[in-house]
This record gives sequence, C-alpha cells and structure tokens, in this order.
Amino acid sequence: MDPLTWTGSLSALNPVLFGLAALFALAVIVQIVSSLFLSDAAVAFGTDGVAIGPGGLYGASERAVRWLFLAIVALLVIYLVAGAILPRGPGGIIGAAARRFIPVGIALVVTFALSVTFKRKLGLYGKLFDSTIGMIGFAMVMFWVYTALFSDMIVANDVLSQIGQMKNKAPGTPVPDGTGWYLFGGDHLGRDVFSRMVKGSQIVIEIAPLATVFAFMVGITLGLPAGYYGGRLDTVLSFLANLILAFPVILLFYLLVTPEIVTTGLPQFMAVVLFLFPLIFLMVLLDSRFYVQPARRNLMIAAVVLIGGWLYLSLISTPDTRVSFLPQAIDLFDVPSNILIVFVSVVFVNSPTVFRIVRGITLDIKTRDYVSAAQTRGERPWYIMLWEILPNARGPLIVDFCLRIGYTTILLGTLGFFGLGLSPESPDWGSTINAGRKLLTIAPHPAIVPALALMSLVLGLNLLADGLREESLKD
Amino acid sequence: MLKFLLRRLLTMLLTALCLTFIVFYLTNLPPNLEKVAKSELGARISDAEVESWLQKYGYDRPLLVRYGEWLGVAPGWTGEDQGVSIGRCFDRGADPAAASRYCGILQGRWGFSTVFKDHVGTIIGTRLTLTGILMFWVMVMMVPIALLIGILAGMREGSKLDRSLSTFSIITSATPEYVSGVVLIVVFTSSMVGLKWFKGTATSAMDGATFDNFFLPVLTVALYGIGYIARMTRASMTEVMTAQYIRTARLKGVSFRNVVVKHALRNALIAPFTVIMLQFPWLLNGVVITETLFNYKGFGWTLVSAAGNNDIQLLLGCSVVAVFVVLVTQLISDIGYVFLNPRIRIS
Repeated sequence: MDPLTWTGSLSALNPVLFGLAALFALAVIVQIVSSLFLSDAAVAFGTDGVAIGPGGLYGASERAVRWLFLAIVALLVIYLVAGAILPRGPGGIIGAAARRFIPVGIALVVTFALSVTFKRKLGLYGKLFDSTIGMIGFAMVMFWVYTALFSDMIVANDVLSQIGQMKNKAPGTPVPDGTGWYLFGGDHLGRDVFSRMVKGSQIVIEIAPLATVFAFMVGITLGLPAGYYGGRLDTVLSFLANLILAFPVILLFYLLVTPEIVTTGLPQFMAVVLFLFPLIFLMVLLDSRFYVQPARRNLMIAAVVLIGGWLYLSLISTPDTRVSFLPQAIDLFDVPSNILIVFVSVVFVNSPTVFRIVRGITLDIKTRDYVSAAQTRGERPWYIMLWEILPNARGPLIVDFCLRIGYTTILLGTLGFFGLGLSPESPDWGSTINAGRKLLTIAPHPAIVPALALMSLVLGLNLLADGLREESLKD
Repeated sequence: MLKFLLRRLLTMLLTALCLTFIVFYLTNLPPNLEKVAKSELGARISDAEVESWLQKYGYDRPLLVRYGEWLGVAPGWTGEDQGVSIGRCFDRGADPAAASRYCGILQGRWGFSTVFKDHVGTIIGTRLTLTGILMFWVMVMMVPIALLIGILAGMREGSKLDRSLSTFSIITSATPEYVSGVVLIVVFTSSMVGLKWFKGTATSAMDGATFDNFFLPVLTVALYGIGYIARMTRASMTEVMTAQYIRTARLKGVSFRNVVVKHALRNALIAPFTVIMLQFPWLLNGVVITETLFNYKGFGWTLVSAAGNNDIQLLLGCSVVAVFVVLVTQLISDIGYVFLNPRIRIS
C-alpha cells in the first residue's frame, strides 16, 4: 500500500484553501487597522439617506471577513465529508481520520440539531446557542467527550501493540501487514499515535470533570460556612486554603505522588477525607430542605447514606493497600491505585481556589435583602446557605466550573509530563508528550498530536466558559 | 498600616513554618529514609542494617526535634560511627567541641546534597541566578506585551480589535507550557518544518544567553502569562472606561487618545499589578516545566532532579526558596495595592 498524503485526491482544493486563508488574514488586518483610524465616519447611507450599515473600507473589510470565513468553513467541511465518503486511500489522512470519527460527527450533529431546535426551553444551556464563541467551545468540548465515549469504535490499532518497522514513521505510513495505516504516524516504540490520542482523551474525560466536581463539593461545603459565619472559622479555613495555595503545585505533586509516599498510604487517607465531602454536602442539602417533613427526610438521608456510603467505601477501599477493609464481594469497583492518587492530588490542589471563590461570593450575597428576609423568617443557617445563597451564586460558579475543568486537564497533563502517577505506557496526553519530547527534532508528530489535542480541549472549555459568562450576564 | 504589616508578616511567618514542616514531614517519611540508607549502604542491605544506620545517623529521633535541628533552633545531633565522631554540624572525624552547636537554615547551613555532592546553599545560589536571568527576560517580554494587549482590547469593548486580541489571549491562556514549548520547538527548530531559526535546547544559554538559544524558553514561559494578564487588564480597562469620569472627560471634549492615556490608564493598571505579582507562583510552575523541556539547568530543573532522586536536603532547600518567593510576592502585591489605590484604607 502507498503512504497517504494529508489531503489525498482532494489536494486540488489546497491552493484554494491557502488562498482563502491568506485573503481572510488580510481582511482581518485591514478591518482592525481601519477600525482604529476611520472609526466613526465609515457609515454607508442608502438612497433615502438612511444609514444601512458600515461603509467604506471598514464595511467592505467586514463583509469580506464574514464571507471568507464562511467559505473557509465550507471548504473544511468538504474536506471532512468528502474524505469520510471517499474510500480510504484517495481521502488522504484527513479523510481517513474523518472516516474514523464518523460516530462522533453523527453524535455532534444530533446534539446540535436537538439543542438549537429546543434552545428556548433549555435555560442557560439553551442560551449558549445564541453565542458563536460559546457554540464553538461547546463543539470542541463535545467532540472530545464523544471521542472518549466512542473511543473503542474510533481507534484504528491497539494502543499498546508495537510494530518494530513503524518506529518514528511519518503520518500516513501503511502498516507492514497491509491492514491499514498509522494515520498520525508511529511513536518511538512503533505504536499508533492516532489511536493513542483517541484513547488518551478517555482518561482525561473520565478524570477531569469528576475531579472538578469533587473539588467543588469540598470548596462549597467549606466555603459557604466560612463566608456566612465569618469569625474564627473563616480565619482558620482561609489560613489553611492559603497554605495549600502557597505550595508550588509541582512540588506538591512530587511530594504526594512518588512511590515512597504512596506506600505509606498518605494519599489514600487524603482520599478518605476528601471523598467524604460530597456525602456531607448531599446530606446537609437534603436535611436543610426537608427537615420540616421528617418522614420524607429520613427516607432520603437513608438512601444517600446507603447508596453514597457504599460508593464511597468502594471507591476508597483498594485491595493490597493501606486502606482496604471492604470484602471483595461487596466492593463495587476498584479504581487502580495510581489513578486514585492522581485524582486525589488534583482535587486537593483545586479545592482551595474553589473555597476562596465560594467564600467571596457568599460574603457578597449574604448582605442581600432576600437573605435578611430568610433570616427574619427564622430559617436555619444551612437552609439559607444552600437554598438561598448557593442558587444565586450559580452563574459565576458554572463559569468557573468550565474553566476549572480546563485547568484540571492542564494539571493532569503536567503530572503526565513529569511521569508522575500514571504508568508510562498509559496513552494519556501528558505522558505521551513526555515520551515524544526527547525526539522532537527528528519525529515531532508523537508529541505534537497529543499536545494539540490537549490544547483544543482546554481552549474549548475556555471558550465555553466565555460564552456562558456572556449569556449569563445578559439576564 | 503598621499593624496591618505586622499582622501580615506574622501570618507569613506562620505559613512558612507550616509549609516547611509539611515538606519536612513528607520528605522524612520512613520509606524515604529507608531509601536514603539504601543509597548510602547499597540496595541489598537487611532491614536491621537499615534500622541501625538510621539510628546511627540520628534519624530515629522525634520528627519535631529533627525539624528544629534543620531549622537551627535545636542543637545538632552528635554520635559515633566506628569510633569516629559524626554529627550534623561538623565534618566526619572533626572535633565536636569546636563546632557550633546549632546549624540549620537560620544559621545559613542548608545541608549537603546527595545528588550533586555539594552544599545546598551554593547549588541553590547558582541555580537561582540562572532562573533569575530567565525570569528577568520573561518579565521584560511578558509585562509590556500583556498590558498593551489588555489596554488595546479594553479601550473599545466589543470592537474588532478587542475580539481579535481577546481570542489571542484566550488561546495563549489555554496553552500550557508543555504544549506551547513543544509546538515552538517543532516549528522553529526541527528539520521537518525547516525554519531552523532558534536552538531547541537552552543548555548553552547557561554560559551565555544569546537570542537564538534563549528566545524560545522565554517565549514559552511568557506566552501563558500574557494571556492571563491581558485578560485581567482588559477586564479592568473596560470597567474604567465605563466610569462616570471618563464619560465626563469625553463629553467635555477631551480626545479619545488623551482620555485613554491620561485618565483611564492609571486607574486601569492597579488590578494588573496585583495579578502580575500573584502570577509568580504560576510562573514558578511554568519555569519548572520549561527548564525541564529546554534542559536549562536552573532552579526548576534542580527541584525536579532533587524530587526525582530523593535528595532530601536539596528538596527542602528548594521548597524554602519557592515558598519564600510565593509569600513575599503576596505581601508585595497586598502592600502595593494599598499604595496604588488610595481608596483602600486598612485599619
């Protein structure tokens, strides 16, 4: 089989794309420069003397930017769709990759079609589809979420199997036995870079959002009372938060994740404490709301304690470590201990920042009239914190949640980059970048592919947060 | 003000003590000490030998006492090994009576690095100088660019310029150092792209920094910070530009340029100052990644090799420096904020 080129038989379109891109860049520059110098004068008037829009050089460049952008997007869609339809050879690498990502494409189209149709009924989520930035960010994030979900269908080759002849081979090299190609090339051990990138997304998508949820639970459970009560509690908790924040993150990771520390069971004891917070949070949440209906409350709390407690015990108890007390038979799942440790350290690093944000918002909101009204009504403090203050703090918290997932992704990458926690064979992006960086000048693709993947996910989350912030500020 | 300063200094001291104690505790956990013993005596020694070695070298005493010794508030231990006197404060075989009783961080005795075979104080001194050079150029590059971007973007909110610059700052703040470093190395040094403008390592920059061996690491560290500081500056600038006094100035007929330069700029720069100062801990992080990636043997590289090789004394020294930098920048940012913003009065 022949090696694939990037665009295959669609390469006739390449000069058109490059031409359009150059024109687009030129138009953007013209627009920016002209907006600086001819700011207010450039308005075009219709025949009846009514202003119809920006005119002159600025107006022309604005129209050019819009149409050129649409043309470039259309061309890119042609590349992807045609590549996915064409047989694998002529579609080029992009086509072949698009073909592998067909399930993701279908899922994305369905998500967007449904969301845009019903966007008026979907609250803040629906409003996201009014902002271009938000939609682009959402698409990038969902792309990786669906990739993680369908990763078993997308991967072309096994992520661990090594083929000797494929070491550091360029993107598009066919596999020796003729079954396919290494779309994005082979790494220093002859493994498929494309498949490892796809599988790597799974690790990030599994850990980052969940770790952020846990960090938020810890931050909210401690930040609300610190802000609401103030006083000595606030002083102590803030001091502790500042203590953790003053720690250089990398030093903390090195101290927590090295094998010597792991054998002492310290990270697991931290897990025991940190993972308790979601349970406490849920119990206080339900108790404060339903304490006037004791029967219902008792039922709900019992359910939380039973189900949540079981999950909690299964999560923290891992056989053959310092924390293992649950019999195998009723242990629901075993998180590999190194994943658990990575998870714990990421939660630990993130929660003080969430604590500070929640505390700040609480300090601001507790002076509002509706809080005084609730206090006058005789509501209990926890009810006010969780059912009056927290819902009103949701805007900034949702925005920060998106940003923080991105930050957690960066932290996971950092851990992988220093070879901490995750096994060196694991296909996660940080470890792959770390493995590929030694040969950057000879074979850049093993490092650059996961690097760009990680960047696109974090960028998507940041854009999503920006879109959400814009839309949540509108009401 | 004085009372505020005093309280801040006390909190700082307490924080530093707590943090160094945590690091001390974590690096002196039994498995770490066992590793030290094994690296001294060979990997195949029995548990009993480990035990006796630890006892002989004073590692079996309470943690708090050892922390006090390391800090320099408790007298250093002395002992005997095969008839030769050993101790914390003097070389093997020297006279214990002639040595000083206390020797810790406070006395300037930082200990001895097992990896580099040198005094921790000298190692940190040289490495910190190298990182200082890096940080200096990062600041020279990052601060003006970030402020310029933030001000240009914030002076006309929603304009095309604002959109383009904001997109740029979002992209850079979404790119961690290990991504931007890899991309920069590939684009500017590899034979695949063909632009061999710069060098892919900064090892030679340790002897003499030139543009082509030092630009890429500086850019890598600066890029991430640029995005963040620019976004903060933009937010502060847009807030100032909607203020009443700016509108008054505009209505009075002051030109836009003068409004921005003379009226808005000063107030808009208060917030970024704090942000830049608080950015130091993050820069430290970036410096560690960048120095590892570009093989520039500065402070960050030393921290990684100390942590990776279980070099307890060096790691402790590094963390003291790191914690000190973080706390001092926090203090400066607090004090500077009060000075820059006369509306804030601290009782």
